[in-house]
Order: sequence, then C-alpha cells, then structure tokens
Amino acid sequence: MGTKSSTWTSRVSALFLKDFKSELRTRYSLDALVMFAVITLTVVSFSIGMFSLSSKIKSSLFWIVIFFSAMSGLAQVFIKEEEAKTSTLLKLVASPESIFAGKLLYNLVLLLFLEIIIVPLFVIMLGFSILNFWLFLCVLVLGSLGLVCSTTIIAAIVAKASVKGALFAVLSFPILLPLLVTVISGTNLASEGASFSQGLRDLQILFSYTVVMFVASFLLFDFVWEE
Amino acid sequence: MISLEVKSLAKSFGFRKVFEGINFSLGEKESLVITGKNGSGKSTLLKILAGLLRPSKGKVNVNLDSQIKNRGERRKLISFASPDLSLYDELTALENLEFLAKVQGLDFKPDELNKKLDEVGLKGRGEDQVLSYSSGMKQRLKYVFALLNDPQILLLDEPGSNLDEPGLFLLDNIIAEQKKRGILVLATNDKREIKYGDKILNLDQPGFSFIS
Amino acid sequence: MWWKILTGLLIGTVVVLVFLMPPPQKELGDISRIFFFHVPVAWVTVLAFLVAMVNSILYLSRKDLVYDLQAAISSQLGFLFAILATVSGAIFAKNAWGSYWNWDPRETSVFILLLIYGAYLALRSAIEMEDRKANLSAVYSILAFITVPFLVFVVPRVFQSLHPTDSIVNSQIKIQMPPLVLLVFLSSLLGFSLLFVWIYNLEVKVTILHKKIKGSSTIK
Repeated sequence: MGTKSSTWTSRVSALFLKDFKSELRTRYSLDALVMFAVITLTVVSFSIGMFSLSSKIKSSLFWIVIFFSAMSGLAQVFIKEEEAKTSTLLKLVASPESIFAGKLLYNLVLLLFLEIIIVPLFVIMLGFSILNFWLFLCVLVLGSLGLVCSTTIIAAIVAKASVKGALFAVLSFPILLPLLVTVISGTNLASEGASFSQGLRDLQILFSYTVVMFVASFLLFDFVWEE
Repeated sequence: MISLEVKSLAKSFGFRKVFEGINFSLGEKESLVITGKNGSGKSTLLKILAGLLRPSKGKVNVNLDSQIKNRGERRKLISFASPDLSLYDELTALENLEFLAKVQGLDFKPDELNKKLDEVGLKGRGEDQVLSYSSGMKQRLKYVFALLNDPQILLLDEPGSNLDEPGLFLLDNIIAEQKKRGILVLATNDKREIKYGDKILNLDQPGFSFIS
Repeated sequence: MWWKILTGLLIGTVVVLVFLMPPPQKELGDISRIFFFHVPVAWVTVLAFLVAMVNSILYLSRKDLVYDLQAAISSQLGFLFAILATVSGAIFAKNAWGSYWNWDPRETSVFILLLIYGAYLALRSAIEMEDRKANLSAVYSILAFITVPFLVFVVPRVFQSLHPTDSIVNSQIKIQMPPLVLLVFLSSLLGFSLLFVWIYNLEVKVTILHKKIKGSSTIK
C-alpha cells in the first residue's frame, strides 16, 4: 500500500520527468526542433552572404528563427499524448493544473535548450554582437517564458483539432505578436549596448505579458482539457 | 461508506443525443453491469462516471461518509480500465507504473511494483517497453494500474477483452476483491460477464429498467 | 421592428448627406468623405470582436451551444467588416498619403484583428465535433482578446502614426467637428452598429432553423 506523501511539486516533476524520458527515447520533438533551427539559420546566413546588416535586422532574424523553430516543436507535448491516445490516462491520474504545469515546464526547458544552441551559432554565423549581455539574457529568458506560456495552451488546443497542419503557427502568431515586437526591440537595444534603464520599458511589457498569459492559460486550460 | 449516485443523466455530442434520463444509485459492495448494443453509450456513460467526460445534463455524485466529493478527491477514489486506454508505449511497464503512482501522490518501491506485476502474470517483463506487449498483456498491466490506489469505485469497460483463460481467471479474482472493497461498475455485452452484476442497466430498453 | 426602419432611414440619410454636404476636410477634398464609412466599419470590427468574446465567456460558463453559434456568427461578420475597413482604409491612404499600405498603427491593428479572425475561423474549420469546436474556439477567442491591450501599447512604438489623430487631417475632423459633420458621423456610427445587430440576429435565427431542419433539437 502506498502512502500519500508527495506534494504538488513532486507530481509536476513526475509529469516533467515522464515527458523528458519519453523524449530521450523517441526524440519526438528535439531532433526536429534543433535541425529546423540549424537549417533556418543556414538559410538566413547564406542569403545574406557578404552584406552587413544593422543590429535591428539581426535581432528580427534572431527571433524569426526562434519563433519558427518553436512552432515546429513545442506543439508536440500535447499532440504526442493525443496521437498515442494517452491523454485519457493522464486525465485519470492528474489534475489539469499539474498537467499544464508539467507541460509548461517541459516546453520551457526545451526552448531554453534550443536557445543555448542557437545563440552561439547566430553570433558566429551572422556576426551578431551583444554589447549588453545581461540585458540580452533578461530579454531572452523573459521572452521565452512568455512565448512558452502562450504557445503551450495553443498546443493543447491544436492537439484536439482533427486537421493540424499549420494551425499551430496560424493560431500562435497573432497572440505572440506583442511579445515578438517587444523582444525584437529589447534584443536590438541589448545588441547596441543600451543600458538597463533604456531596456526597462521592454522588460516591463514582457513581464506583464508573461504574467497575464500565465494566469489566463492556467485558468483556460481546464476548458481545453476537460470535455 | 462510499456511494455513487446518478441523477437524470444525459449526454449529447454536439446536437446528437446519446442517452438521457439515467438514474441509479449504488452503495458499498454493490455492483452494476451496463449492457446495450454498440453505440448505445455504454462507454460514454462509464467515462462520465470516471470524470473523463462532462454530462450534458444531470449529476454524478460520489459520496464518502455522506460527504459529496469534488473532482480532485474523486480522482483518488475511482479507477477506470478500458480497451480504449493506452499506456506509454515507449516506457517500460515499471516506468509506466512508477509515473502513474507518483503523479497520483502514491509512494511505491520498485519491489512492490514488481510484485504487483508478478501477481497478474507479467513476471520478468517489467523492464520491457510496453511497445513489445501483446494486447492481453497490456490489459493485465492496466489492471495493475487501476488497482494501484485500492479504488473505492472500480469502473471496467469490456473487462474480458483480449484476455486468455488464465487472464479471465485473474479478472474473476479482481472482481471478487472489488465487490468486498467497494463499488464495481462494468460495461459489457459478454454474456459470461453479466453475472458479475447485482443490478443490470440495459441502455436499449426505454426507462432503463433494473433486473436484480 | 421600429429599429429596423430606423436603421434603414439612418443609413439612407447618411448616404445622401455624405455626398451632398461639403467634404469634411478641405485639403483632401472628396476622398475625405470616406471617413463617414471607414470609421463606422472599423468600429463594427471591434464591436463584433467584443460580442464574440462575451459569447465565448458565456459559452464556457453555461455550456449552451447557442452562445457558441453566436460567437461564430459575430466573428464571421467581424471578419467581413475587418476586410471592409482594411480596403476602405487603403483607398483613403493611397489618396491621402500616397500609398495603399503604410503600417500605420491603426492599419496594423485592423490587420492584426483580421489575422485573429482568420485564425479563429481556421480553428473552427479544423475541428469536427460540435462541443469540442465550441470549447476550443471560445478559449482561443478569449486568449486573443487578452492580447489586444498589449497591442495598443506595443504597436504605436514600432510604427509612426499617419492617422488623423495627430497629423494631417486632425484639426477639422476630430474634436472640432462642425455640428452637421458630427451629426452625420454619429448617425453613421449608430446606423452601422444597428446594421450589424440586424444581420447578426438574422444569421443566428437562420442558423438555428437550419440546425432544427437537420434534425438536431438540443437548441430551443
């Protein structure tokens, strides 16, 4: 007989570790995600050739690469459960909140891992200079958090649609637009070596966006998950 | 004391009606068999009882010591096994069980889980991926999962499907155990399984009469 | 019934007056008359978005498919009006500023609304089961609505405004609108809003009848 000892966090971590273990065994999203990022980077780098670009354009390209790579991989957390028909099992054993938290955490780790690969490649291949590294890091982490908060719930929606196709990107783009505009502006500032106080406004917008989307998606997830 | 109450339950998918006006209540050590032809809504009814689907109308109440339990508490009291249910193919049987226990807040040591696997005749197969399991073996594994939390209410959809003779014998034991512990509801069309119910609910007959 | 007659009269009068009275903005001339159609149409785009969101919330709390139907119809109409607003805006932009598209903040905002409507309708067509469709599209519509306040902050920071509030046509038509122009403008706003309500109600009735004929009777 088991004893009831575990807290909410240990349940969420059980969900996270389950996805992590599955991922390592099946490479459901990781391979596609990394390859997609590398390919788009190469295409961008090739098409630019010898031109030198302004940091504003480089910042935009940087986030375009991240956006599309995210679109190619982050929906899998829920699609995988629907396709393998394991979502019923999950519903039986875990509360919607803990499931969403587990998936959110998993997507965040996946995206941050992807960025660890993309950032150095981007710096090398496009000569991207980052003069205020800490500002850049703040924008990157906050931006990723916000991106994951909005896309994870959209992933849950898309997983239940019968025709998936490009739906994930189509649904995500309008909702991510305020975030994208802000992270591009923040990245540009960091790249040009602006001070923290100059980047503060972008960070504030990112922070409030992330908080609002986090709360909203937690509240709405129940409706997506339960039928 | 556990009891399961169903009041004027109806379910429709969009604009298509599946069933309506279902009423029954079950107390401890009672069992119900739901029958009806394909498409009559047996599985749907079971899924509503399990909390997997929302009813369109009506209510399902789970009472423990005459207190109505909420969704989270209910999850701990009820277990459900069905041929529709899939386990994680890429994980081993043990990993599946470890995850399913932990996420429910149950603490089992690997030895305890291994012992449970032995009991359903899956000795030595705990380290194999579920991918390599036959459908009968998967069904057995699902019973281990369903019994992890010593459920007060056990819901079984077509319990005998994919099982061989020893498997059916095992099922017989599980059902006998459950009848001592709490409530059993099973949905089936198999004549051999109808005998498990104290009460029978036939979804084809108008008024859903009870035959006791 | 009376308000339908009022709608007819309002829009009829507006159409006549718009072409009879002197153009509201002298430097731009006749093209500025589009203002009486463009602004109300853009307003209805936003109104429809609001109606869709309210219906989505009602659906999620009451689970009645009528609300979902209303949200869907409001979005379809919103999509139509968003296209009208974009096109009429582009015609004005070509004449006033020299090119059809300038990524002015409000052009951008309407364009984003168009994208949201498009995404919402794409989502609906991708799901077959009625209540699943209702659930998921309601959630999406609320999510999309939540992001709009951010757009209001963010978009003007990226694109410089060419719009009448703070440049060219400002002085005449915004705050210091002559009484007649103001009256015609407000009548047009009311007329288009009523027109939206009218089409919306008709569509809802027709769709419900259609469902009933097809033999499903869960809707009263």
